[in-house]
Amino acid sequence: MSSIRVLVGTRKGAFVLTSDGKRRRWEISGPHFGGWEIYHLKGSPADPSRLYASQTSGWFGQIIQRSSNGGKTWEVPGGEKIPEPYDPPGGVSNKFVYDTSSETGKPLTTHQWYDGTPHPWEFKRVWHLEPSLTDPDTVYAGVEDAAIFRSTDGGTTWHELAGLRGHPSGPAWQPGAGGMCLHTIVLDPTDPKRMYIAISAAGTFRTDDGGKTWKPINRGLQSLYIPDPTAEVGHCVHRIAMHRARPGVLFMQKHWDVMRSDDAGESWREISGNLPSDFGFPVEVHAHEPDTIYVVPIKSDSEHYPPDGKLRVYRSRTGGDEWEALTKGLPQNNCYVNVLRDAMAVDALDPCGVYFGTTGGQVYASADAGDTWAPIVRDLPAVLSVEAQTLP
Amino acid sequence: MIRVVLPAHLRTLAHVDGEVTLQVEGPVTQRSVLDALEARYPALRGTIRDHVTQRRRPFVRFFACEQDLSHEPPDAPLPEAVATGAEPLLVVGAIAGG
Repeated sequence: MSSIRVLVGTRKGAFVLTSDGKRRRWEISGPHFGGWEIYHLKGSPADPSRLYASQTSGWFGQIIQRSSNGGKTWEVPGGEKIPEPYDPPGGVSNKFVYDTSSETGKPLTTHQWYDGTPHPWEFKRVWHLEPSLTDPDTVYAGVEDAAIFRSTDGGTTWHELAGLRGHPSGPAWQPGAGGMCLHTIVLDPTDPKRMYIAISAAGTFRTDDGGKTWKPINRGLQSLYIPDPTAEVGHCVHRIAMHRARPGVLFMQKHWDVMRSDDAGESWREISGNLPSDFGFPVEVHAHEPDTIYVVPIKSDSEHYPPDGKLRVYRSRTGGDEWEALTKGLPQNNCYVNVLRDAMAVDALDPCGVYFGTTGGQVYASADAGDTWAPIVRDLPAVLSVEAQTLP
Repeated sequence: MIRVVLPAHLRTLAHVDGEVTLQVEGPVTQRSVLDALEARYPALRGTIRDHVTQRRRPFVRFFACEQDLSHEPPDAPLPEAVATGAEPLLVVGAIAGG
């Protein structure tokens, strides 16, 4: 029988939640890396036992952790203790240095700071780790200040795909409230050279050559908080999602507006429809129904909690425009938590399981595609990310 | 041997309990001690000093012999008591954030 492993990153550590395929009883392990911010952890689709985690701290900076046994034990790639006499140490898994070399890099420019002044690019942390669909040792990292890095040795060393940061529009990018972060990486399962990324606040970009060159794909977005609402870049895209069976169709939760593209991002149209608010962070696609999508409406960009104190997931079975509230098992009064951009996931069972975590420390699960919900755990630190693995 | 006391989170990261002892060749300075520390425990690279600038991370402090050495030049000799192993070099996470 299949089983499920849910990987939860929080403000104070990581937790691993496991259940059999019924998804009724859960075991919880953690905190792993207690006291550290775990922005994201995710398993390799090619080897589900291989996990990667981004561990950060305002004191001690960035750490990359790797597990080869599904999260039972972890290691810092290249970080093993070296006995005396010291051998030369191996790679440095937390060394994220922008590539400014003349061969493969781009000059380090500035981006816009909050007050509009130029600000130099500075690495701060890894927001998102996206393992390759085919190779457990290859993994991409989306970082703040916005850039994408790739490791092909299991996270031991990293190299920037500098064509993105070096895009001519780079000096016009600016940080969102959470920093200028590259938070979303979507790999096309049918074309290994095609990837999508999203940056707050620059927008969405696509590469068709494996990361050498990137193209802004923001036509159709309207953002009233920037001087030119339809500018090529500057949009605060919160997340994008794709169904593996239909990689040319993308869904987006923007700072405001839920959007859809049917042409690999070349153009977007709004699908917010009857949502009570079209502000929010995550967007996710049902594992088996490419037109069934989920969002969590949030009241506004200054009130990061659900409208009317009711925590509601909204589901569209029509690829947008028409939405239904999913409330059974979710708090429907006095609820003022947020659900962050990487904190929602689906499993691959039938019926599809849906999971999300809140800034109040709850992780909710639905084993029936969202019809009913129950908390797996209620009192974790604020949840930053949720990923679901379906294990054989 | 040089003695170094790490903050709890870095002890966990390096998989050590209590003090770390290090053999340091030549002058005993912040730089030579941290070089030896990172050579022995590679997981600590980048957590005390920035990878590129090699400067102390802003919220990390260096204390020894009841003195704050955080602003001393990295190549300045550490106190004799540290060099002889009588006193440890303390790597401290600054109190920040309440």
